[in-house]
Amino acid sequence: MTLRPDALAVILGMAAVTYLCRAGGYVVLRAARPPRLVEAMLRHLPGPLFVAYVAPAMAAQDLAAWMGAAAVVAVQAATRNLAASIAAGVATVALARGAF
Amino acid sequence: MLRPSFTGAGVRRGLRVALPLVVGTFPFGLVVGVASSGRGLSLLETLLMSGLAFAGTAQLVALELWAEPAPLLAAVFATFVVNLRMAPMGAALAAWFDRVRGWRLWATLGLLTDQGFALAATEQRRGLGRDAGFLFGVGLLLWLFWIVAVGAGHALAGAVRLAPAHPLFFAPVAVFVALLVPLWRGVRQDAAPWALAASVALALHGTGLGPPWPLLAGALSGAALAAAREARHGAPAPRR
Repeated sequence: MTLRPDALAVILGMAAVTYLCRAGGYVVLRAARPPRLVEAMLRHLPGPLFVAYVAPAMAAQDLAAWMGAAAVVAVQAATRNLAASIAAGVATVALARGAF
Repeated sequence: MLRPSFTGAGVRRGLRVALPLVVGTFPFGLVVGVASSGRGLSLLETLLMSGLAFAGTAQLVALELWAEPAPLLAAVFATFVVNLRMAPMGAALAAWFDRVRGWRLWATLGLLTDQGFALAATEQRRGLGRDAGFLFGVGLLLWLFWIVAVGAGHALAGAVRLAPAHPLFFAPVAVFVALLVPLWRGVRQDAAPWALAASVALALHGTGLGPPWPLLAGALSGAALAAAREARHGAPAPRR
C-alpha cells in the first residue's frame, strides 16, 4: 500500500479537472442564460451524443457484435428492461462468436 | 413530480434503476484495474484515482501514458480533454438543479456519468423526473461499484486474463445501444440528426483523431441540426 507523491499529484489533478468538466457546464449556464439556439441544442443533445459514442465503437466490431446490438435493440424496444437488453446482447455475442 | 427537487424516494429509485448498468460498467472497471496494476500503481493509488476521478475512459487514457515519474501535465490534460463531453451534459440538465442547493447539488454534479445523463434525459422526455435525487442515486451506485470493480481488477490482475474478443467487453457498448432506444422519437425528428452525428463521428474517428473529438463533434453537429430544424419548422419538442 504505497502512495507516491508524484502519483498522488496526478490523481488530484485528474480529479480536479474532471470535477471542473462535470460541474462547469452547469455553473456557466446558470450564470448566463443561453441563446435560444444553444438551449435547443442542449435539449436535442442526448440522442446525437450517444449515437456519436456508439458509431465508432460499433464500426470496430465484428458481425457477432452487430447481431448483439440488434438483440439489444429488439429486447429493449419490447421490454424496456435494461438488464434484459444487456444480457440478451452479451448472450447473442457469446453464441455468435462460439458458432462462427 | 414536475417541480425540481431532491427527494429520498428519488435517491432510492436511482439506486434501483442503476443496478443493471453495473453489468456494463463492471467489466470496464476490471479492465482499468488490470491496466493500473500493469502500470505499477499500488492498490491505494488505484482506488484513490477511481474514487476521486471516477472516469473510466480518462483513467484508461491516463494509464496509457503513465511513466516514471508520473506524468502530471500529460495525464491531467488528457483527462480534461476526454471529460470535456460532460460539460454540456451538466448544462443540459440545469433544469433539474433549479431548487437544489449545497452539498446535494455539488455531489450530484460530481457523480454525473454518461449513463446517468442518458437515464435522466429519458425520464425528462417521458415527462417524469426532474428529481435530482434520482441522478444522485444513479451516480452513487455506479461510483460504489466502479471502485469495487477497479479494485477487483487490480487484485486479480494476474489471474483474470480475458481475451479481447470476450463477449463481456460488448456489455459497455450494449448499455449505450439500449439507452438509445427510448430516446428515439421517430424518423421525421431523429433520423437526420442521428445520421449526421454518426457520420461526423465516424469520419473524424477515421482520420485517427482520438477521443473525445469524434464524440464531441458528432454530438454537437447532430444537436445543431436538430435545433436548426426545430427553429425552422417551429415544431416544439415535448418537454416542460
